[in-house]
Amino acid sequence: MSEVEGATEGSMIGWRARLAESDLLYSFLHSPTAIISAVVTLVALSAAVFAPLIAPHNPFDLASIDLMDSLLPPAWLEGGSDAFLLGTDDQGRDVLSTILYGARISLLVGFLSVIFATVIGVVIGLIAGYAGGVTDAILMRIADVQLSFPAILIALLVDGVLRGLLSRDNYDQIAVYVLVLAIGLSFWVQYARTVRSLVMIERTKEYVQAGQVIGLSTGTILFRHIMPNVLGPVLVIATIQLALAIITEATLSFLGVGVPPTSPSLGTLIRVGNDYLFSGEWWITIFPGAALVILVLAINLLGDWLRDALNPKLR
Amino acid sequence: MVFFVLKRLAQSVLVMLVVALIAFALFRYVGDPVNNMVGQDTTLEQREQLRDELGLNDAVFVQFGRFIGNAVQGNFGQSYRLREPVTDLLAQRFPATFELSVVSAILALAIGIPMGVYTALNRRSILSRSFMTLSLVGISLPTFLIGILLILIFGVILRWLPTFGRGDVVSIGGWTTGFLTKSGLESLIMPAITLAIFQMTLVVRLIRAEMLEVLRADYVKFARARGLTSRTINFSIALKNTLVPVMTIIGLQIGSIIAFAIITESVFQWPGMGLLFIQAIQNVDIPVMAAYLLLIAFIFVVINLVVDVLYFVVDPRLRVQGR
Repeated sequence: MSEVEGATEGSMIGWRARLAESDLLYSFLHSPTAIISAVVTLVALSAAVFAPLIAPHNPFDLASIDLMDSLLPPAWLEGGSDAFLLGTDDQGRDVLSTILYGARISLLVGFLSVIFATVIGVVIGLIAGYAGGVTDAILMRIADVQLSFPAILIALLVDGVLRGLLSRDNYDQIAVYVLVLAIGLSFWVQYARTVRSLVMIERTKEYVQAGQVIGLSTGTILFRHIMPNVLGPVLVIATIQLALAIITEATLSFLGVGVPPTSPSLGTLIRVGNDYLFSGEWWITIFPGAALVILVLAINLLGDWLRDALNPKLR
Repeated sequence: MVFFVLKRLAQSVLVMLVVALIAFALFRYVGDPVNNMVGQDTTLEQREQLRDELGLNDAVFVQFGRFIGNAVQGNFGQSYRLREPVTDLLAQRFPATFELSVVSAILALAIGIPMGVYTALNRRSILSRSFMTLSLVGISLPTFLIGILLILIFGVILRWLPTFGRGDVVSIGGWTTGFLTKSGLESLIMPAITLAIFQMTLVVRLIRAEMLEVLRADYVKFARARGLTSRTINFSIALKNTLVPVMTIIGLQIGSIIAFAIITESVFQWPGMGLLFIQAIQNVDIPVMAAYLLLIAFIFVVINLVVDVLYFVVDPRLRVQGR
């Protein structure tokens, strides 16, 4: 076990973190659930990233869509075509391809909003925990109030306000960023509270006092020295929140206040397909739905495992 | 005790004022209220006159004061989209949301609490492992997908249950209820289950975590050392101490049920307040959004207040600290 960097300041913590890492690896290799969910997540991620390369059709290339192909059932059912494995939707687009492209948008919104929420939450948590006093009281009061409202409600509200403020003509183009803002703003509280409580412990430790004594700026102490020591739990929250963010995006899109049908996410696809449920074309809804569930379940299982592995007390 | 309640009350009022400020800002600055009220052919003078009548030329804090005064009296103006007083719209739709929420809350707690206790007590049994796996699936299933699956299975394939609306309702003194007719009850089944499943999985996990925490406590170890039966330990000591945090959970549950009712109502076209709110967002119908926001905030604040006070009443330790 090498200890090259950070040998003096907080060497205990560096050493323990490294031990935790090896524990983590051990626990990962001995948990079939963790391996399977990691594989599923990776496959889903690469399928989404490389969608333009692996999708059998380009569902948004108007030239290649033929209305004659619309509402075809999956290939293994009567009337299905081998060209469209999971059938086609009302406009003759290949359902499998729209799922691959849709997962791209869903994951994009999920990742961006989690990153956004993490940045806000960690910064606020660091400041509140380190400053204490009035700053802490005000910031945590805001967090408490927001936490007493469900995230989906906050996201809906932010979305509604932005919808009113922005002109409707170009709304479709920026819908993704509106969603990121709405979901990010509704998710930051958990990070802030966790980071704050960890910082309050770290603040009293010797390496922080040493930093103060040798005259490091508050910013340096906070972001270069304290922050690395509180990021473990943040990672766990981020994994679990990624699943939540994807669900929230899908829900908003399903409700018709998310990503527009011109560049659909999984939620939008489910919304569009929902209209065809009663006439028997179930595949337009159910396949994107199944894709969403598998994706979210895999991420959730991974997050669950990570939480247990980093927190042996709960085992 | 009195001091504690007063302090909480003051905090609640502050929260309501902040929410009112947001609602006011929405109403005043998102879009032009005058533009939303008049037609295309209104002259500039008429617009200016309306602006004066509405008091939009007064100082901002005067307007805010008037907004709060109106809100306290339940006056939120007219819906831009439906051209009806917002208060009437909300009042018409409140019973639908209320009945749906109450039924699903009861379902979620009545099934969720026993399941949570069982999984905590028999951690290694196959049944509790499958409960936990199921609850993870439940958390990963978005509410709207559960609704769609139920509609597909019981509405489209089996044709057992109606898939949208409330069925026939009976009106009793202005309150419409679906409890008294067959179609009303049938219509309630799928939305209530949809709304309950997600809450139930949360209840199971929270109760289990709480119970495991309590079972590790020193007083439980002591009780075991005294040789009490595991029945006494589990139910008289552990479960009782678990129920204190459960109150908070129930409080939060009611809140999140209201939030998730928006989704369920949207899936089943259930004519409640949530559906109204979603339509308001889609059409940027600000008065409805502002009123719904205030109403929901009010319900949340009241629930939190009640839970806080109950906590205080139930847990003697807090009473000692409070002095």
